[in-house]
Amino acid sequence: MTIGIEHYVVVSSILFVLGVLGIFLNRKNVIVILMAIELILLAVNINLVAFSAFLHDLTGQVFAMFVLTVAAGEAAIGLAILVLYFRDRGTIAVDDVSHMKG
Amino acid sequence: MITVLSFYLFAVLTILSGAMVIMARNPVHSVLWLIMSFFNAAGLMVLLGAEFIAMLLVIVYVGAVAVLFLFVVMMLNIDFSELRAGFIKNFPLGLLLAAVLLAEVLIGLGAVGQGGIALGTPDGSAAVPADMSNIKAIGHLLYGKYLFLFEAAGILLLVAMVGAIVLTHRKRGGVRGQIVSRQNARRPDEATVNMKPEVGKGVQL
Repeated sequence: MTIGIEHYVVVSSILFVLGVLGIFLNRKNVIVILMAIELILLAVNINLVAFSAFLHDLTGQVFAMFVLTVAAGEAAIGLAILVLYFRDRGTIAVDDVSHMKG
Repeated sequence: MITVLSFYLFAVLTILSGAMVIMARNPVHSVLWLIMSFFNAAGLMVLLGAEFIAMLLVIVYVGAVAVLFLFVVMMLNIDFSELRAGFIKNFPLGLLLAAVLLAEVLIGLGAVGQGGIALGTPDGSAAVPADMSNIKAIGHLLYGKYLFLFEAAGILLLVAMVGAIVLTHRKRGGVRGQIVSRQNARRPDEATVNMKPEVGKGVQL
């Protein structure tokens, strides 16, 4: 029995669905939402690297690196906004973030 | 055989820790499970022969992003039990949605596996060279074909860094800072006073 690309794609799709479920379940907790986004991006990376390895083409790995870059920037900015929001409101519950609405 | 075993080990652990990230009661535990998940994903990528991405995952994600998460979770004083209020209420619908999404993805995968759908094939311009290590080949590609994308990624990181600093920087009131120009402008005759105190009496400044 050998491990084919389907195995990796199944793993990455399960991880992707877990990320989406995490966003849905923890709708109030921004920190967990950001972590769920990281899970989704990890699933994308596994997919890119798996296809890159099985097609013998390095482009997927280069793009996984760019996804990693974007994920790092997104995490930094997201957490900065979170710290600002916490300073302003004293909580991070996001189901009432509509206070910027006029 | 050992590859199959390690694939299943890494895959199961990645998925289990991914599930624990979204299920854990305490966000600190969530971050630790996220680190576990990244480590096992890095193991999967080593199995695929992508050592560079695997090491990048460990260094960038575990070393920087996860520690950043940990830092923020521990820095903010948050009542987390209040934030979990909607968890049980959302659980059945969320599970249903996730099951539908997963079923759709797997059905799509099965449809492709049946054949008859033409997938794109690589044009060979980035084919894996036989005589180079993974990291050397990626270096050639990154500093050659994708040079401008690479520099754009660098600019993106710079913008993210400046943005994070600008967002979280604040001026504190009531803090006595150093004013270098006033220090430099100070002359000896205004800084020192010559007094002649009488015996038994203090000095009035």
